[in-house]
Parts: sequence; structure tokens; C-alpha cells
Amino acid sequence: MHPSRSFEPKNGFVKWFDQQLPILTVLHGALVAYPTPKNLNYWWSFGSLAGFMLAVQIVTGIILAMHYTPHVDYAFNSVEHIMRNVNYGWLIRYVHQNGASFFFIVVYIHIFRGLYYGSYKAPRELLWMLGLVIYLLMMATAFMGYVLPWGQMSFWAATVITNLFSAVPLVGDAIVTFLWGGFSVDNPTLNRFFSLHYVLPFVIAAVAILHIWALHIPGSNNPLGIEVKGPQDQIDFHPYHTAKDLFMLSVLLIVFMGVVFYAPNYLSHADNYIPADPLVTPAHITPDWYFLPFYAILRAVPDILFIEAKLAGVIAMFAAILLLFALPWLDKSPVRSGTFRPLFKQFYWLLVIDVIVLGFAGARPAEGAWLIAGQVGTVYYFVHFLVILPLLSRIEKTRPLPESISQSVLSKQASA
Amino acid sequence: MSTSESSSEDHGGEVKRRDFLYIAAGGFGALTAGSMVWPLIDNLNPAANVLALASVEVDLSKIEVGQSILAKWRGKPVFIRRRTAEEIEQAQAVPLDDLKDPQTDEERTEEGHEEWLVMVGICTHLGCVPQGTKVGENRGDYGGWFCPCHGSHYDTSGRIRKGPAPRNLEIPAYAFLDDTTIRIG
Repeated sequence: MHPSRSFEPKNGFVKWFDQQLPILTVLHGALVAYPTPKNLNYWWSFGSLAGFMLAVQIVTGIILAMHYTPHVDYAFNSVEHIMRNVNYGWLIRYVHQNGASFFFIVVYIHIFRGLYYGSYKAPRELLWMLGLVIYLLMMATAFMGYVLPWGQMSFWAATVITNLFSAVPLVGDAIVTFLWGGFSVDNPTLNRFFSLHYVLPFVIAAVAILHIWALHIPGSNNPLGIEVKGPQDQIDFHPYHTAKDLFMLSVLLIVFMGVVFYAPNYLSHADNYIPADPLVTPAHITPDWYFLPFYAILRAVPDILFIEAKLAGVIAMFAAILLLFALPWLDKSPVRSGTFRPLFKQFYWLLVIDVIVLGFAGARPAEGAWLIAGQVGTVYYFVHFLVILPLLSRIEKTRPLPESISQSVLSKQASA
Repeated sequence: MSTSESSSEDHGGEVKRRDFLYIAAGGFGALTAGSMVWPLIDNLNPAANVLALASVEVDLSKIEVGQSILAKWRGKPVFIRRRTAEEIEQAQAVPLDDLKDPQTDEERTEEGHEEWLVMVGICTHLGCVPQGTKVGENRGDYGGWFCPCHGSHYDTSGRIRKGPAPRNLEIPAYAFLDDTTIRIG
């Protein structure tokens, strides 16, 4: 039934090589014979797509670094040099710049797929947490990459974000001076951000390998959220998912390249085409779209008791992310998939709307109706994870689970 | 191995020469590793050339009453405003109870030079440069400075009055060298 399960090379050289370094056996096990539940839907393709986006960012980034100069006097001009003089520099830079956005789009869909189908639950808690580590590393990398063109948004984003650490009691200012390597965001800051922006993607790649390793121990979750009972519930990764993922890759590329070729600056700010000026703050600083929900949380929090607003906002923002590490223990419902949880499903979509509202609030100045929207959104975000999910896992009456993946798939076919 | 294990069992909890060697070797190892880690961390702190540019002299003679200038010190903007009598009066009249970060105007200026307000032009919230120094810029609800990033309002003494910033605009260390020259830093 599964002729490709084990790797049996016919070629003598391959046989000799694989005996001494069984890397091909490992790859075969991971990419060809990896048994997957046979009911996976298209949302399961976004892990592969995230891997693809990481590769795109690394390849284009290495090339850009060959033409870029990390110095406050040359950085802005070297980016313009890439855009105007370097062969296909405009293309490679637009792919890299928009690639960051599409990497986040893919990863956000991947995360929300995990949230809906309960992929964070046992026995996949560590898998979920490794994914969050990748997400944190992505945020750090994207932020530092945004600083490198040394435009107005680069400079002021760097200033605002590094200043978050000044909220730390007592040692805050020393931390900020340490991060800057000076008394303001300046050349030492740009240099170290370039160094870290170059190295962190390789750290991401390493954690991604651990993420895949941890995935392949229990195997993939599935839309029904029930355990695989045997080979009748499974299909091989190749050719079924390689084909499916390639189809999704072409869908992604149509949208991605559409933006790269027809609206390459749609997702960025015009102010970043003004060279950095430490003496003039742009009228309105906003981070790139993928940080907006967290930016809204940062600005939503007022003074709480003896904690001043600035520190409280910073705590809330970091808590919003770190909270997700505890998710497997906050949602204790034994049923994984949202499909069989009528109440959870409604609150899940409320969370999706909440995060989108937070995103819009983060893009607007923190005043009036948008400030209130940001505050309501922030409260709901925390209530969802800290109150609603633990409560639901106690009171919710879940729908009956199908007996097996195979039975569910076949009964669907019969009724169709 | 087996003999040393059994002998240590024989001695019960007694401290042995070998224990001392373990601790000494481990301790020196940790010390060596630590002494190598510190240079790797401290290199990120400001370098000598950055620290050397720590002070700057500013000529105030060309600033008229009511005007402000922007100086640069340690890569940061410094606001220098020659305040009008009205602005000084306004700043001194504020009761301390109205202030989030209570400070009198006298504490924020040099005695005999109350006209001059010298401040680091960086919002204490998240480090933007507040508006209000250049002609025509928004000076906020209290006639001082206004930070557009997250809406902090500062008064004519640079004190925080409204918005998310926690503290007044910072007063750098500065000294009047003569009536029209100051050295910042």
C-alpha cells in the first residue's frame, strides 16, 4: 500500500553515500514518505508556504547585502543605488520588501489555522511554542530590516521601538543606551541592526527545522482534530501534498507578484523615501501593518494604579504575545477542532474580528473613537484568552466526534 | 572509578580534596568564560568617540524674545526657547497639584536666566521630537510643545500636562559661560 515508505536507493553511489551520511533517508522520510492525515484541507499548506517565504527572504537578502552600505551617510543612497543602478535591483528589493509582508500574511494564516483547529493542544504544545519562537524572531528581524533603508520611518520606528525599553524601572535608560550604542539612534545602531538582520533569518531557519522535527513526532493535526487510527487514515506527503502545496504556492505567487509588479509601495509609507532626520519627527508614525494590532495594545493602556501608562502599555503588548505560550494550558477542552465546538467557534471569529479592529486602531492616531476601539479590542483580546477559553473548556457541550478520519471522509463521499 | 566512588561513600558527607579540585576548576572555568562574555556585551555600549562628543557650546546672542532654536547634542535635539514674560508668568503660576511630574519653573531654569528654557527635545513617552520650536508649529493646549506621535502636551516650562508621556522634558546639565553662551553637557 505504501511502496515509498522506506528509502531504497538503486544507484551504487547514492547507496554508499547514504550509508555513511543518511541525510537522504531523513529527507525522504520528511518530504516523501511522511504520512499525513488524508483529510487535510488547503489551510494546511501555509506551513510549506512559510518555508518558501523564508527562503525567498534569505536569497534576496543575501543579494541585497552585496550592494547595501550600513552607514548613516550612505545607507539611504545605497538603497536608491540598488533601485536605480544595480541590474534588477528594483525587482530584488521590491520582492524582499514585500516578501516580509507576505511572510507575515502566510504566518498569520498559519497561526490562525492552528488556533481554529486546536493544533496547539497535546501532544503538540512544544511544536506550537517553537512556532511562537519563530514568530518572535520574525518580528525582531522585520523590525531591524525596516530600519536599514534609513528613511524617516526607519529612523523614527527605531527610536520609538527601542524607547519601549526605557519603560523598564531603574535600568531602562541604561538598556536603551546599550541598545543604541550611543545617546540616540545613530551609526552604531544601524550597524548592529544590519548584523542582526543578516544573522537572525538563519536562526529562524534552525528553529524552523526544530519546528518540523517536533511536527513529525506526533504527525500533523487535521481538520477533525482526532487521532490517526492507522494507515487507512493516511496518505504520503509525496505526491499528494507536494502537489497540493505547489498549487497553493502558485496562488500565493499570483498575489505576491501582483503586488511586487503593480503596487510595490502599497504596503509601505511614503515618508520612508525621505532620508532620516534626527531633528524632525514625521507627523504620524506607524509601524508596518503586521505590527499594528500590537501597536494598538501598546497605546491603549492608561495609568493603572501605580504603574504609569508607558510601562503598562509595554507590559500589555509583550503580554499579548507571551500569553500565547500558555495557550495549550488555557484551553483545556479535550476536543481540538473548532468544527465540533459550537461556542468556541463563535468566539474564535470574534477574536479574528478583534485582531482586525486592533489593526485598524493601530494605524490611526491614538485619540477619539479609535482610541476607545483600541481599548475595547485590547480588553477583549485578554478576556478571550484568560477568561473565555478556560471557561469554555468547562461548560461547552461539544458535538460528537466522528469515529475515524477514514470513516468521516468516506461518509462524505457517500452522501455526495 | 569504582574505588573512588566507594571511598567517597565511606567518607559520607565529608569534604574531600577531589571536591575542592572540582569546585576550584569549575569556578575558574566559570570566571574565564564570564570574563570573555563581558567584552562581547560591553562592546555594544557607547564607544570612546561617542562619549568624547559629550558637550557642545551654543551661542544665544541671535535669539530674540519669543524665539526658539534647535541645537544638537549627543545626536539629540535640544530646545532652547527665550521665553516671553507672559510665558514665564504662565509657567510660574501653575499649582504643583496640577502636574503629573511636579516641578516648579524655578527648578527647571537657571537663577537669573529665567528667560531661557533649555531642554532635551525628546518626548519622554517614546522618543519623538515634539513640535512647537519652529514658527507655526502646533504648541499644544498649554502653549509649549506638542508631540504628534501619541499626543503629549507640554507647557511653557516643558512640563507634561496631558497625554501618555510620564515625565517632563528632560533638562540637560548646562552652564552659562557668559550671558549669551551656554555649554551643554
